Amino acid sequence: MNHHPEKLYLYPVWIRIWHMVNALLCLILIITGLSIQFSNPGTVVKFSAAVSVHNIAGIILTISYIAFFLGNLFTPNGVYYIIPVKGFISRMKKQFRYYTIGLFKKEDAPFPVNDESKFNPLQQVTYVVLMYIFVPVVIFSGWGLLYPEITINSVFGYSGLDLTDLFHIAAGFAISIIMCVHIYFCTIGNNPVSNFKSMINGYHESH
Amino acid sequence: MIYKANIRPAWVVLVMLILFTLAFTLVKISDTKQITVNSQAQQEKPVKVDLTRFKNAEDNEVCLNCHGQSKYIYEKPGSQKTITKRMYSELVMDRDLFYASNHREFKCTDCHSEDYATFPHDNNLRMEAIATCIDCHGGDEKYAQFKFEQIESEFQASVHSEKHSEDFTCWMCHDAHSYKINARNTENLKETITYDNQICLNCHGDFKNYELLTSKLKPNILQKHEWLPNQASHFTHVRCIECHTANKDTLVVAHHVVAKNQAVRKCESCHSKNSILYASLYKYQVSEKLQNKGVILGMLMGGTTSVGPDVSNRLNVISLVIFGFTVLLILIHAGLRIKK
Repeated sequence: MNHHPEKLYLYPVWIRIWHMVNALLCLILIITGLSIQFSNPGTVVKFSAAVSVHNIAGIILTISYIAFFLGNLFTPNGVYYIIPVKGFISRMKKQFRYYTIGLFKKEDAPFPVNDESKFNPLQQVTYVVLMYIFVPVVIFSGWGLLYPEITINSVFGYSGLDLTDLFHIAAGFAISIIMCVHIYFCTIGNNPVSNFKSMINGYHESH
Repeated sequence: MIYKANIRPAWVVLVMLILFTLAFTLVKISDTKQITVNSQAQQEKPVKVDLTRFKNAEDNEVCLNCHGQSKYIYEKPGSQKTITKRMYSELVMDRDLFYASNHREFKCTDCHSEDYATFPHDNNLRMEAIATCIDCHGGDEKYAQFKFEQIESEFQASVHSEKHSEDFTCWMCHDAHSYKINARNTENLKETITYDNQICLNCHGDFKNYELLTSKLKPNILQKHEWLPNQASHFTHVRCIECHTANKDTLVVAHHVVAKNQAVRKCESCHSKNSILYASLYKYQVSEKLQNKGVILGMLMGGTTSVGPDVSNRLNVISLVIFGFTVLLILIHAGLRIKK
């Protein structure tokens, strides 16, 4: 922090808007989702209200996901989500070592942010799994629960609806955990709030 | 750029989604309208018999002249004398019921032999094989939504089929002459429950019919259900099949009747958020709502979901442990960062 931080314009407007909408929706969905899952007379959010809000937020999330998906297909942003196979494990190890040891020794980050790679290896894997597996699963299973008639009736003898429900909850839970870790890791920046600022003004501050 | 050799994950996911959707559509194509169709059929009011309205009514009158009433009259051959005889009650057909039934457009001889045209009827005609539901409705795409094949296989697995001879057919409970589709309907739910239970009670509550099938003494239903709290209320608000079948959410009316020792006896099987009836009720409620309020509004107006706190306690514990572990790691990491 002793030298003036370099600024790099990394987050275009559409990404920042999408990210903001997505963050808000995820919070709403987690809160209402939890109140549905652990519904009890006298919970903070009324059951029927929680269901309505959850449904509406889920539909908006679908639209927002489609926007993200198309954005990644047709803009250069999708490139950041490609995991190069070569040296995958060793890069993961390097990053893991940095988070567990190097960081505390004030070492430099092994994969500094630049406009060719926005994410470090661990981040990249997490985001790919999150955005291309968990979020689609949660969206598809969510629509399956919204219109149970379109849900496959039975899968190897199990009720398709129960299975859809299980997928929805499991993926939703995984997303919630990733979100907690994501928010915490965002405090590892030039200073604890610089990454949060980046998602507002679009500029990344490097060390 | 060095990325050229790589494929964007987004494209891979897109292709998979298209394939998945295609496969899904193929699987589901015959399967979607089940309950919608049922409720529509139910909304039709019973018709007053105006014979000109039905395609084969005139032809059918040839049979119903005798079989539509409890007596038949014929002229003794070689004399002018007319003879009046009583028609056995099971050979009497009720026109009102028939012309209100799902099979009202049929001609008697569609199912029965043309040889019945002569009187007195040939004795061998009593041996005529009678079609069951699956004989006509099986494998027909038009009826796929009613899942006759699944009903048939559930029935084959049921005690009704296993413990009785082949004489126990669909007809034991469903008379095709008067059969009218009777799906669950929230508007006259009680009527539906009574209707469905009456089917069971027809034998299990009436010794005359019960003894046709078994030499056992008819059990006293009230006595057998003495353990059940609020018996009267259960009997008028719950269908027999809810406890006496292997419930699945795939059939509106379950046909897999199980042996009495497998019947539901635990209160919490139904009286909990994890009710055995929940999946099928959830499906039903949502489809009702979609019909009444329209696809968009019905979907957004909340109130029902299929999830509940005790879906699986073990999963709840596991997820709590994972969450706690995550928070702990974050706290340790943050603590170490602050200390440095």
